[in-house]
Amino acid sequence: MKFGKVLFAAAAATAMTTAAQAGTLDDIKARGELQCGVATPLPGFAAPNAENVWEGLDVDVCRAVAAAVFGDPMKVKITPTTSKERFTVLQSGEIDMLARNTTWTLSRDVNLGFEFVGVNYYDGQGFLVNKSLGVSSATELDGASVCVQTGTTTELNLADYFRAQGMKYETVPVATAEEGAKVYDEGRCDVYTTDASGLYSLRSTLSAPDEQIVLPEIISKEPLGPLVRHGDQQWGDIARWTLNAMIIAEELGITSANIDEMASSTNPSVLRLIGAEGNMGEQLGLDAKWAYNVVKNVGNYGESFKRNLTDTLNIERGINAQWKDGGLLYAPPMR
Amino acid sequence: MSVTEQQHAPGEHPDLPPPLGEAGVIAWFKKRLFSSVGNTILTLITAFFLYHVLSAIIFWAVTGATFTGETKADCDLGGACWLVIGDRFHQFMYGFYPIDQYWRPNLTFILMVVAIMPVLFDNIPHRGKFLLFSAVFPFIAFYLLSGGWGLETVDTDQWGGLLLTLVLGVTGIVASLPIGIVLALGRRSNMPIVRTLCVCFIEFIRGVPLITILFMASNMLPLFLPDGVNFDKLLRALIGVALFSSAYMAEVIRGGLQAIPKGQYEGADAMGLSYWQSMRLIILPQALRIVIPGIVNTFIGLYKDTTLVSIIGLFDLIGIGLVAVADVKWRGLAPETYAFIALLFFISCFAMSRYSLWLENKLHTGHKR
Repeated sequence: MKFGKVLFAAAAATAMTTAAQAGTLDDIKARGELQCGVATPLPGFAAPNAENVWEGLDVDVCRAVAAAVFGDPMKVKITPTTSKERFTVLQSGEIDMLARNTTWTLSRDVNLGFEFVGVNYYDGQGFLVNKSLGVSSATELDGASVCVQTGTTTELNLADYFRAQGMKYETVPVATAEEGAKVYDEGRCDVYTTDASGLYSLRSTLSAPDEQIVLPEIISKEPLGPLVRHGDQQWGDIARWTLNAMIIAEELGITSANIDEMASSTNPSVLRLIGAEGNMGEQLGLDAKWAYNVVKNVGNYGESFKRNLTDTLNIERGINAQWKDGGLLYAPPMR
Repeated sequence: MSVTEQQHAPGEHPDLPPPLGEAGVIAWFKKRLFSSVGNTILTLITAFFLYHVLSAIIFWAVTGATFTGETKADCDLGGACWLVIGDRFHQFMYGFYPIDQYWRPNLTFILMVVAIMPVLFDNIPHRGKFLLFSAVFPFIAFYLLSGGWGLETVDTDQWGGLLLTLVLGVTGIVASLPIGIVLALGRRSNMPIVRTLCVCFIEFIRGVPLITILFMASNMLPLFLPDGVNFDKLLRALIGVALFSSAYMAEVIRGGLQAIPKGQYEGADAMGLSYWQSMRLIILPQALRIVIPGIVNTFIGLYKDTTLVSIIGLFDLIGIGLVAVADVKWRGLAPETYAFIALLFFISCFAMSRYSLWLENKLHTGHKR
């Protein structure tokens, strides 16, 4: 009899763990907090302030998902991850989602068993030059000396681009962004190249930031977005639509400041978003006010972008503007 | 009877102080720095370079530096901008430990000093009772820092800064000495299985860099464990650091064991002492004394190696330095944070090295060569 009991207990335990794997949302609700992986400090995207609170564009995605699930943006445990360990911690279940300026590529999406739920920042490799160089386009950079971090895809993109344009250049290799800033500041290279977000961040550390411009050409595609594990579609949907809700809120002109007045709106799209009409929350397995909580507590995409990137690092919206303003942000309709 | 008084030429009485220029500061300078033309030239050149280097450093760190202000814009004197250290000082000390719970790491630190004193110095009154406290201290420290049973729980991922560096360093040091002794004795054992096990362990651990062990502990281990089973990242790092330093410690101690003449072993056997008795009473006290410099060397190396944990996403001093300069408010102030971290490390390591010198002097029993 005893043996039978043990067997039963083991079977029950196995059943429970299987259930636990499927229901990420239930796990999170039972735990009382979302576990979200972000970058080890990266200015503007994820960094703790002096009061130990994490801030940044990526952190806001985590907080938005926590707000959608719990109605409280602080019910999230932020786990900083290095670029090498980020996929392991997601695979092993240490975190529920990863928002760590990770480029969406086929092999990561398919081979590593992840699901990218959208793009929260369109990045790409660009060029930073001094205004005194009198250059307004990357096509005028023939013969320039270029500072580039060695051993990165940046270096390869640079070589491809200059070869395609039939231009010559001279590499000034640097090991880290810190070193690069110093070398560029001393005028040992004409051009600095890395991802555009990195260029803006670097510019803020230079001695004369206003004298530098980022050229309009972007020579590589780096769509950065949050991702979850394969295998739990419901959880992936929640993360995807939380990000979409932030983007749609901006498109509809709903901000954290005016969302309470929106109840009197006559626009059905607005009413669906704030949960006054339709059953969007129910379909996702969330509260009817899930999107209201996201915008109310974290703000819409534009607010998050301005707070984390524009006000601090002077990053312009550029291709991250709404599709109506000529950018790439285009969220499917919420209906 | 006339008392013959010895006569001295003026200024040559033996009780007179030596003339100016033969003793004191001036003589020291004359003898050490300006004893010949060549030495004088070398002295002047060195003084010239020292002046230039030191004045630049002092300008940067003190006279040209900014100590008060609010933002980076207040740092306009040309030297270091120490405001970043002031702004983030609590994070350098405690990491992301909840701000209202700082008394717990503080109390732990004070208790740690109390617990370490009787271990380091044997002339403390009531040493035996204090040693008992030292033995239970690790449990008290763990309870105080991580909480539970009435205290607010603080996850280990909130520990950081100097607190984390000390936790890693002290645990590594405390664990590595006993494990190292056991491994060293095992390696010299006559029992083939014990010896093989010890040799394999030591050679394997010494054969890979610490960073590999840390990566294995933080990246590979979670994949081997069943879903949902996770044990603490800090604990994984601690085990890695302790195993790594034990292997090095074992080899240092084995060096000491080999330096003991065979007669000592045979003498201990002749007294009828058991293996453990002879080790405890005869061999180890002599062997450990010989290798004090090597042991402390390993300690210092281990303490500094703990900075590698910033690569697996733990926020030790270096990690917090990266956090501080990632703040948009303090971009580009990496030199200041690194200088501050270097100072903290120098203080700890210099103290360890001074203690080892003091201990060597105290324990030397005329065998010094």
